[in-house]
Amino acid sequence: MKNIFAALLLLTGFLCSGTAAALDPIDYQSPAEEQRFKALAAELRCVMCQNQSIADSNAPIAHDLRMEVLRLMREGRSDDEIKQYLVERYTDFVLYEPPMRGGNWLLWMGPFVLLLIGGIAVAAVIRTKNKQSDAAGNGATGEDW
Amino acid sequence: MSRLLPLLAFIALALLLFVGVRMNSGKDNSAIPSPLLGKTAPAMRLPELVLPESRIGIADLKGKAYVLNVWGSWCVSCRVEHPVITELAQSGTMVVGYNYKDSPEDAARWLARYGNPFALVVQDRDGQAALDWGIYGAPETFVIDAAGVVRFKHIGPLTPEIVQEKILPILQEAP
Amino acid sequence: MLPELGQMALLIAFVLSLLLGTLPLWGAQRGNVALQLTARPLSFALLAAVTVSYILLTVAFVQHDFSVAYVAKNSNTLLPVMYQVSAVWGAHEGSLLLWVLTLCVWIAAVAVFSKNLPDVVRARVLAIMGLVALGFLAFTVITSNPFERMLPAPLEGHDLNPLLQDPGLIFHPPLLYIGYVGFSVAFAFAIAALIDGHIDTRWIRWARPWTNVAWAFLTLGIALGSFWAYYELGWGGWWFWDPVENASFMPWLVGAALLHSQATTEKRGSFSSWTLLLAIAAFSLSLLGAFLVRSGVLTSVHAFASDPDRGMFILAFLCCVVGGSLVLFALRAPKEAGKPFHWQSRESLLLLNNLLLTAAAAMVLLGTLYPLLADALGLGKVSVGPPYFGKLFLILMAPLVLLIPFGPLSRWQRENLSDIARWLAPWLALAVLIAVIAYFRAPQHPLKSAMAWFSGIWLALGTARFVWHRFAQSQGRFTAEIIGMVTAHAGVAVFCFGALMTEGLSVEKDVAAKPGQSFEVGDYRFTFLGVTEVAGPNFIAQRGDIQIGIGERHLGILHPEKRQYASGGSSMTEADMHGGLTRDLYVALGEPTDNAGGWALRLYVKPFVRWIWFGAILMALGSLIVIFDKRFKRKGNEA
Repeated sequence: MKNIFAALLLLTGFLCSGTAAALDPIDYQSPAEEQRFKALAAELRCVMCQNQSIADSNAPIAHDLRMEVLRLMREGRSDDEIKQYLVERYTDFVLYEPPMRGGNWLLWMGPFVLLLIGGIAVAAVIRTKNKQSDAAGNGATGEDW
Repeated sequence: MSRLLPLLAFIALALLLFVGVRMNSGKDNSAIPSPLLGKTAPAMRLPELVLPESRIGIADLKGKAYVLNVWGSWCVSCRVEHPVITELAQSGTMVVGYNYKDSPEDAARWLARYGNPFALVVQDRDGQAALDWGIYGAPETFVIDAAGVVRFKHIGPLTPEIVQEKILPILQEAP
Repeated sequence: MLPELGQMALLIAFVLSLLLGTLPLWGAQRGNVALQLTARPLSFALLAAVTVSYILLTVAFVQHDFSVAYVAKNSNTLLPVMYQVSAVWGAHEGSLLLWVLTLCVWIAAVAVFSKNLPDVVRARVLAIMGLVALGFLAFTVITSNPFERMLPAPLEGHDLNPLLQDPGLIFHPPLLYIGYVGFSVAFAFAIAALIDGHIDTRWIRWARPWTNVAWAFLTLGIALGSFWAYYELGWGGWWFWDPVENASFMPWLVGAALLHSQATTEKRGSFSSWTLLLAIAAFSLSLLGAFLVRSGVLTSVHAFASDPDRGMFILAFLCCVVGGSLVLFALRAPKEAGKPFHWQSRESLLLLNNLLLTAAAAMVLLGTLYPLLADALGLGKVSVGPPYFGKLFLILMAPLVLLIPFGPLSRWQRENLSDIARWLAPWLALAVLIAVIAYFRAPQHPLKSAMAWFSGIWLALGTARFVWHRFAQSQGRFTAEIIGMVTAHAGVAVFCFGALMTEGLSVEKDVAAKPGQSFEVGDYRFTFLGVTEVAGPNFIAQRGDIQIGIGERHLGILHPEKRQYASGGSSMTEADMHGGLTRDLYVALGEPTDNAGGWALRLYVKPFVRWIWFGAILMALGSLIVIFDKRFKRKGNEA
């Protein structure tokens, strides 16, 4: 079994390593449609080649999903509706940008919380050093280099 | 105290990585769970592959529990799981084949060569209908109960253990 | 026979690293000079043993010894010679041996260039590096032996992954490893200082050039990887925030913070414990990177085939090294003892610099590990990609870009920031003005275009203002340190401009081309001439001919290919491009669209994309220039 998984992984790796450009000549109805399509495709994850968007991936399912997105766009659905349509079928995983939902709060806010904590620490250090500096009477400006 | 922070942070990280390695030993960690679990299966509107062994039509699926197996003649792992599927079918389970991105000739030839365990084979040549099921490759296997609700999905080849532990219990529920 | 010799050399190396890791350390603890002095000869012997082992593995490749399993899996008789040599590091076992070899080269280098160091310090530093080598050698010998035989030997091997059969991939891993492993010097220093109990600015001064060299090589390694992905993978991308890329980016960010922190501690004595912590962090992130790539914990197109046993081993190693260091840090980190400074001073600015860089590294770590965390906590499968990393990185780096020109102009200890603001204000205004103009003139993505112009001009002119200031101030006395700093900051300007312009203004078109058909993309014209079949040394290719021109001028013919390698597997795209200073023209071949010679093509115009890598080269160059500064030539026992 392990060998089969290894082989599958290798096959997926080969498919997903960009050995062929994810080429789909499409006749766009307008430049606006082209821009919207490309933007949308970049926001959806290829469920097979999971570290690529469907815009970049050359997996067959990525092609299918691109065509589906185009079809839904031409049906008149909004970006959010299209995303919701795909989430219903492939879970949140198909969204390349993790939605601001539930546990993902940690993901989006985490760096800023860390920045805040770090900032407080840095401010504390600066304040201490500043006090020491004033106490030492360092009126003159310091060395250049 | 602040001197301890880096160490504590690292311990948390190491724990996470430890769990990660254990979780990913031996199983395919790229499988996506199915959002269809607990929901009604998408309506099947695909053409049937006409074969001498086909015993039923799509209309006959209503009110019965069945296993839906996604396969293709191009799919290497499908050949690997074929004996498991065959045994499942022979034990009385209704197994429906979902022929994914395949030509009817190739599919028929594959079934003639390796044996046809499917009570019915539906054909999805371009993969469009598969999107409704959240299918993205083969092999994949669904279990649909008598009420038409998707109860289980497995991505990758089936093993006897999975059949025993996951599939049969659902099928053996009272209708 | 030879592979067995190679294996034996590895075992000898293992023993030597054990001796190196223990004897001098013991000698340092006990004041036994004789034991301390064993460090240098042991370092050289270790290098010799590992070199022999590595050479023998290379010989096995060049001689097509398919009885060695690793050789059979990664090469065959058709493989061109240069790829036979680079195939040695094409997969897990061999690349690990390269890691070890690189580490031993660094150890030997430290042994050679440490004459100015007291014996005790040298003994500790080399011993700690020896312990790291011990861990990696144990990992190699126990779980990843490259010399394992496969009998009966196959007549022909598999192939080196065609993606790796490329000049860029020859240099990318060695450059990266030199960088990753180089951080072990600063790390060893930090541990030695913690063991010793007090941190001496002389030792920091000694450690600085080593960190600069390591960081420079890491920069080049990452840049080369990015450039390779750009020209090889066929869709014009240059950075994907893939977990393995992130694994190299995190030590880079922390390494940049380390460079600045070491300079501060050396000159002012301040922040010694933060410098130590950054040194530990930089190397720990290098080790973490090695873990992520080889353990199967994360899905990545980059990762080596995963093996949970290996994953556990590296994790254990990681815990020993990093956990041990952090325990030591918790127990013995020195108290803050540097010169005090006013809140308006270069010290404060550098603290902010390090805070932002470290926050960015933490963000990348969070994003990379979050899918794993979510899965472990049962939060479901989440995916984190460029929409997350790209956004947050820009947000975190924006304040840094604003601050950079202030740093060099500020003095230590106390400065009047309003003076500096006055000097810089005109240039800031100019940058904003140009950015606003760019915003309204951009055909697409106006914000990225505006940010490109703003960051490029602000950083360039802000740095130039410093150069002017220096000329005026000190009659043009520029130390190597200053020249290096200016070069590196200029590199940041060039990089920001290139990256944001490419991201904002690239144009791409997928077309179904018939022979003779022309397409307009941006200002350029691409004419499809047709596709012919050609043969290479170990592949057959469909080669396209696309003529490119602008206006009346004919610029050349591009030859993208689709290759089928003799060893089988799916076909490989080789894009072709016309590179230029201000833009790249890029073509990739898709599939035939009909039986009449029509093909799908992808056409790109990518403005200023090469500036991305020019910028990185400048940053690396700047870092290297610094090491020639006279201050590093002072004897280790002078103040």
